[in-house]
This record gives sequence, C-alpha cells and structure tokens, in this order.
Amino acid sequence: MEIFDSLALGLTTALTLNNLLYCFIGVFLGTAIGVLPGLGPAATIAILLPATFALPPVTSLIMLAGIFYGAQYGGSTTAILVNLPGETSSVVTALDGYQMARQGKAGRALATAAIASFFAGTVCTLLIALFAPPLTELALKFGPAEYFSLMVLGLVASIVLASGSIIHALGMIVIGLLLGIVGTDVNAGSQRFTFGYLELADGISFVVVAMGLFGIGEIIANLEHEATRDVSVRKVEGLMPTREDWGRMVAPILRGTALGSVLGILPGGGAALASFGAYALEKKVSRNRAQLGKGAIEGVAAPEAANNAAAQMSFIPMLTLGIPANPVMALMIGAMIIQGIQPGPGVIKEQPELFWGVIASMWIGNVMLLILNLPLIGLWVRMISVPYHYLYPAILCFCSIGVISLSNSPFDVYLMAMFGLLGYVFKKLDCEPAPLLLGFILGPMMEEFLRRALLLSKGDPMVFLTRPISLTMLILAAGLLMLVLLPSFSKTREVAFKEEVG
Amino acid sequence: MPSWISSPRDFWTGLVYIVVGGGALWLALDYRLGTVGKMGPGYFPQVLAVMLIVIGLISLVRSVIIAGEPVSHLAWKPLALITGAIVTYGVLIQGAGLVVALLMLILMGAAASREFRFDAKALVGMVLLVSLCGLVFVKGLGLPLKLIGPWFAPVLGAFGLAP
Repeated sequence: MEIFDSLALGLTTALTLNNLLYCFIGVFLGTAIGVLPGLGPAATIAILLPATFALPPVTSLIMLAGIFYGAQYGGSTTAILVNLPGETSSVVTALDGYQMARQGKAGRALATAAIASFFAGTVCTLLIALFAPPLTELALKFGPAEYFSLMVLGLVASIVLASGSIIHALGMIVIGLLLGIVGTDVNAGSQRFTFGYLELADGISFVVVAMGLFGIGEIIANLEHEATRDVSVRKVEGLMPTREDWGRMVAPILRGTALGSVLGILPGGGAALASFGAYALEKKVSRNRAQLGKGAIEGVAAPEAANNAAAQMSFIPMLTLGIPANPVMALMIGAMIIQGIQPGPGVIKEQPELFWGVIASMWIGNVMLLILNLPLIGLWVRMISVPYHYLYPAILCFCSIGVISLSNSPFDVYLMAMFGLLGYVFKKLDCEPAPLLLGFILGPMMEEFLRRALLLSKGDPMVFLTRPISLTMLILAAGLLMLVLLPSFSKTREVAFKEEVG
Repeated sequence: MPSWISSPRDFWTGLVYIVVGGGALWLALDYRLGTVGKMGPGYFPQVLAVMLIVIGLISLVRSVIIAGEPVSHLAWKPLALITGAIVTYGVLIQGAGLVVALLMLILMGAAASREFRFDAKALVGMVLLVSLCGLVFVKGLGLPLKLIGPWFAPVLGAFGLAP
C-alpha cells in the first residue's frame, strides 16, 4: 500500500530527534501562550512565528503545527477554567466546561477535552493521509481559470461562515486584496502603492499585518474593556474520568468527529461552525440532553472533538491547493512562502518528506498534547492567573522583537503600529480582521491567475464559464452569496452564531 | 451624528471603505490599465478600488435605512500609548540598542493600563522581562540586534568599555 509507505516516510521525518524536539517546543509554547486569556490560535501563531524562521522548512512547519495544536488546546483550558474563550470555536466548550469546573470537576473536563481532541486528531490525520493525494492529483489538472474561481469560492465561503455583517466582510476582503498587491508588480516591474518607500518594494510583510491586526489591535481592544477579571482558579484535581464519564463521552466524541471532519473542509470559519453544530446536535440526540448547559460531559466532549477535527481538516485545502481556509492556515502559508516553499499541489511531488512529515507530525503533536498537558495543568493554571497588565507588556516585547528580526528595519515596526491601530478601529466597527488576512494572502495569487487565464483566452472572460470545474466553483460561490443575502437564511445564520453564546 | 443616520456603525464603515477605495483608485489611475487580455499593472487594483467604493456606498445607504448600534468612543489613551510605545521602540532600536528600546516600550505600553503603578514590583518585572528578551533573542537565537547601541559609544568609551 502506497499510503503506508508515505506515512512511514512521514514518520521517519517527524521522528528525528531534532524534529521531535521542535514539535515539543511548539506544543509547549503554543499551549503556554494559548492559555493566556484573550489570545486565540491565530494571535498565538502570529506572535511565535518569528521563532521558527531560523529553522529548516520541515522543522519549522512541524513546530508551527505544534504551536497550532497547543494554542487550540490552551484555548479550551482557559475556556473551561475561567470561562474566557480565546476564540469563537471554544465559546461552546466554555458553556458546560466552566459549569463542570465550578462543580469541582475541572480536572475531568480538561481530561475529556484532551481525549476528545486526541481522538478527533487521530482520525483526521488518517483522513488527510487518505484524501490529500487524490485531491492533489485533481489539483494538478487545474489551470489558472480554475484557481481563480476556486479562490473566489474560498473568499465567498469565508464570508458566509464568518460572523458579523456580510457587506463589511466583503469590504475587508477587498482591502486585504489591495494590501496584498502593494509592492513591485511581477509582470511589469512597476511599483504600486509604495508611496516611494523602498521598504515597500517587496510588499508588506505578512507577519507585520498578522501581528498588528491580531496581536497589537487585540491588546488595545482588551485595554479598553480592562476589568478586574476574576481569574482565581480553584485547585485542579481528579484528572482521570470515571468509568461513567468514559461511557458518556464515547458517542458524543464520535458524533463530533464526524461532523467536524465534514465541516472542516469548508473554507471559512469551519472550526467555529463545527463546535456550534456539534453542541446543537447533542442537544437533539444525547441521552443526557437535559443536563447540557449545567455541566454535562457531553457538552465538552462533542464540541472539542468537532473543533479539533475541523481545525485539522482545514489543512487539506492548504496542503493540496495552497489555499488557506482560515487565518491560521493563512499564517501557515505565509510561513511556507517565507521558507521558500511555493504552497500548492506541487509540494507533495517535489518535497514528499515535507508533506508527509507535516502530516505525521500532526499525529505526534496530538500525542504530545495528551501526555504533556495533563501533568502540566498546574503550570497552565498559574499562567492563567497572571493579571493582564503584567502580561501584555511581554506580548508587546515579543511582537516588537519578532518584527525587527524580519529585516532589521524600523520601518516594519512603524507598519506594525499602524496595523495595530487599524485592527483596533476595525474591531470597533465590528469588521472582523480574518477576511482581510485571507484577502491579503490571496491578493497577489488571484491577480496572477486572473491575468494568466485571460492571457490564455486572449481576453475572453467566458473562459471562467466554459471550463466545467471553474464554472462549478463560480456557481457554488454565487449560490452561497445568494443564500446569505436571502433574508430567511441570514436570520438563521445570525441565530446560529448567537443562540448558544447568550 | 445627525438623526437621519440610524446605524452609525454602517455609516463609519462605509466612510472608511469609500476613503480607502477612493485613495487607492486615485493612485491606481496612474498605473497603466492595459486590456483584458493583456492586463497592465493598473487593471486589478482599479477594479478592486471601484468594488470597495461600491461596497462603501452600499454601507452608507444601509446606515440610513436600517437601525443599528452606535459606535462607542475610541479609547484614546491605550490607542495613543500602545502605538506610541511601538513607534518609540522603532526609533530607538538601532541607535540606542535593544535594552533602552525595550525599557521605553514596556514603560509607555504599561502606562496604558488602568492598573499601572510604577512601584518596586513593576520595576523588577521590567528588568526581568528585558533580561529575558536579551538572553533568549540576542544571546540564544542570535538575532543581529545590539543590546547597547552606537549612541552610547562615547559614554561607554569614557569608562574604558568597548560598546
């Protein structure tokens, strides 16, 4: 079986001492930053990204993947212990998890979250290994027209699945696309939107945008609502789930994993949607549905499995097509480009050890999470109780040093300050920064594919409609857009995002 | 805010989009447009800029039609102090070196918090944080940053120390 050879190649890559070490460091740092209240996976990865630059490509991606899982698990820990979810997908976990913690069952809730994530992660690693190669084959048949239409579909889907105003999300995407084309035009060699600054000739660094919007903007927004938060956490004991707990968590974990794997392939807010969906499903089918919301273990197991499954599945479009499904994957693609790897279907052929090494390391990362987090819970609890006014100056320092390490130019530092300001203003206006980041990554690629497609068709725009794959994607995109614009659906969408939170 | 604007959030967002789109269009008009089959550097940005302006206009129209929430005031103090702290860091980093730049960054940044008090505890925390950053990033990861920058060379020289 070819797949086993490939997985074996991946395991031999991921299991070298060096890669294991960095996977461990990634998981550890990711969890450490991720547990800090208010910092979700995207912010955590943005802050830690510069730490991976000096590593070889495979190692750096393995470490980043580790940071991602760590950050995600750290977020659930905070949600359970102090009811402060760092991102939308752990909002649901906070509902029952925090209730369990208040009843003195924090240890069991944390263990359940870890076990559910581990199971979902294992299943999805196998699914990725199974489906990524055939999808790559398909992707190799894509011409520029197909790529362009696929990106349109991805951007549209990211609006539908994101929360907040649709028209504003569209605007954020366009601003992102515009920011993405700042710099030298590859075809004509002319400078665009550089205002005469030489520093902008290579474009705006992706790290600067991500750190500014997610790191700095977030700090300013948090300081505005700085309340003396109650982060006093009781001692966490009794980690092992009881026999009854085991019995109750099996079915929700299976359901959550199934739902998450399906929703995760969708571009956009797959993880958030999956955890909301899994919770809603439990409310309908669980035997103990009456207890949901009052500290039921099902309410932790199902959404945690779903959100981990979805998060993992979002690697599929990233690895096979080079297209990000969410801001975290956009960060991964940014990291790959910085490492000199062109993301896309070519990666699996040209660098199989990188491709399979990253996939294998996903599973190893999940194993590490399980063994690392349960004994270290005491440390995380102490990190959570650090007051915010001691914390954010440290985050400021890490971001500032990270940015200056990019090209040793203060210009990037000023740009980061500007994006921090923008991030805060957009937050005020209820415009999510995630679509902007997606647009920013896709901007240069979209222009290039659009240009090539129309060059090949000698200027005939019908090329997007006459090629079947491209047409299908555009129809899907148009359908999605129509769907959200329908009043009845937009109401459902609003309810879906708000119902469980309230 | 006049009373006929019922959704200030849509109004301000629309305005931001129109200003950004308008600015981008004004700049992009200088770039060669080319044709559909042979796009010049101006084609894609001009299309995007027009799209952004249209989106902004829709948002403006919405702000009159639909009812929405007001926008709360900007928190000027954290906004000014945090961005100011980062800019100060950027100004100092090459000349004064990492230690001074970080100290200023932490001091100005921390002052943005309501909980900020300049006491012994804060001082110890600041020194610890700067030493940690210096050790990890400069000594450990080997980033090409100077701990003490060239501005202090004369001072150090006076004490017989090489910068």
